[in-house]
Amino acid sequence: MITREDVIHISKLAKVELKEDEIEKFREGFQNILEYFNILDEVEEDVEPTFQVLPLKNVFREDEPKKSLEQVKVLMNAKHVEEGYFKGPRVVE
Amino acid sequence: MLTISDWKEKVEREGARDSIDELIERIKKSKLNAFITINEDCLRDVEKFDNGELKGKLAGIPVAVKDCITTEGLLTTCGSKILHDYIPPFDAHVVERLKAEGAIIVGKTNMDEFAMGTTTETSYYGVVRNPHDLERVAGGSSGGSGACIAAEESILSLGSDTGGSIRCPASFCGVVGLKPTYGLVSRYGLIPYANSLEQIGPFAASVDDLALLLEVIAGPDERDSTNARREFKYNPKERKNLRIGVIKEMGGNDYVMSSFEEVVEVIKKHHTVGEVSMPSFKYALAAYYIIAMSEASSNLARYDGVRYGLSDETLSSWNVFFSKVRAEGFGDEVKRRIMLGSYALSAGYYGKYYLKALKVRTLVVRDFKRALDDFDLLIAPTMPALPFKIGELADPLTMYKADVNTVPINLAGVPSLSLPIFERKGLPVGMQIIGNYFEENSILSFAKWLEKEIKAVS
Repeated sequence: MITREDVIHISKLAKVELKEDEIEKFREGFQNILEYFNILDEVEEDVEPTFQVLPLKNVFREDEPKKSLEQVKVLMNAKHVEEGYFKGPRVVE
Repeated sequence: MLTISDWKEKVEREGARDSIDELIERIKKSKLNAFITINEDCLRDVEKFDNGELKGKLAGIPVAVKDCITTEGLLTTCGSKILHDYIPPFDAHVVERLKAEGAIIVGKTNMDEFAMGTTTETSYYGVVRNPHDLERVAGGSSGGSGACIAAEESILSLGSDTGGSIRCPASFCGVVGLKPTYGLVSRYGLIPYANSLEQIGPFAASVDDLALLLEVIAGPDERDSTNARREFKYNPKERKNLRIGVIKEMGGNDYVMSSFEEVVEVIKKHHTVGEVSMPSFKYALAAYYIIAMSEASSNLARYDGVRYGLSDETLSSWNVFFSKVRAEGFGDEVKRRIMLGSYALSAGYYGKYYLKALKVRTLVVRDFKRALDDFDLLIAPTMPALPFKIGELADPLTMYKADVNTVPINLAGVPSLSLPIFERKGLPVGMQIIGNYFEENSILSFAKWLEKEIKAVS
């Protein structure tokens, strides 16, 4: 059973602020979907997990310097910029 | 629908400028809402084409690009409010390839927000309507890329397929669409949703056109570390008496099944058809959604309002700022998936959901390997139903279940093409043709043969 408190906890993990009326709406959806996911409990065979399907391992490129994006292009979509830097919110409260 | 050769004839007859003008005009007047952005710069490309400066396999051919694929200097929203003003400073690998081969990019196509949906109804920019019936959806998430081909609003298009997002709209719109083998096409510049599942792929009016576009976009790219470093060359071969396996676990309603069975009869005249059972598929849908949501929750953490996209006037504290921007910028389905993904990865649930899903993935891969040892190609209906009415899939779980025939392919990473088969109630039906890893040429060869046979019968 997914409770209101669970939904609030999950929304904090995902960093999504929920309005009061959204909490119940998402709770109901979560309940149905997670109940459906429980079908996996039926699977008894234990095998290695597959994270990705290609037989690739440690793919590196040559360690040669290459041109990256210009600073002005990197910053062009930011709303808060100061002296060529991104300006973010306070991290320490 | 217009094929590449139809387009070339038209250009020969009417000129490139008039042909493109007419196409852009059609997009502007369209009721389908297939495009989020029209590329006004494409008229400059037409000039270049007329001066003989556009060269390559796609010289002068209109191509539409799904809005989750970055295009330098051209608005790229990913169907989301959070990227409503995002102008990418670089081109995706596939866009570089299109430009290198002389294609004319006509615009960016509408899609479910962050490719999370089966109907394009989660797009912040409104639903894409089905060209065959405006009250029905065009499918999703690449709804715009499917609809624009059917409605002659483009000649070719690109989509992305995480759990069916190319094949579903191809099926619903009556066009050809392919999800390539995982790793064949570079994902550099594809805005990520679920990295281990998604591939960029082509849409077209015919199998030959689709194959040409695949040749252009496939190939090595070191900027995507999951790229297989392989080229693709189309070399269609008509082969007799292939072993074709019908996947028992992939079905559909009566309309879909009667169309599918009719096409099986056509195939049987020249090939051996058998049935193959994939027991793991019972768990594939749940496993797919757990993995996709988990990857999404991590991927979409990048939308923090700092570097790009929607922001807030006030730089308050990090937690408040971050949570507020995301509450404002994401739609309900995106919120639902990143929250459930965060939950599936959180302490105490990782083993029950995420790890278990990855183990089911191993079983799905094994089922495909076994089936493709016994059969050359596998077939199944693409979608279990005809195109849905707008609003029909309002409940999220009901929507997820519509993907039952498409998601196992992404879990295994094998290629699958959706080919239009026989219509029912005046609406298109699609069939998947699934092959082994990097066996795109076998799939396309068979699809080309079947396309011709279906035309002969219809």
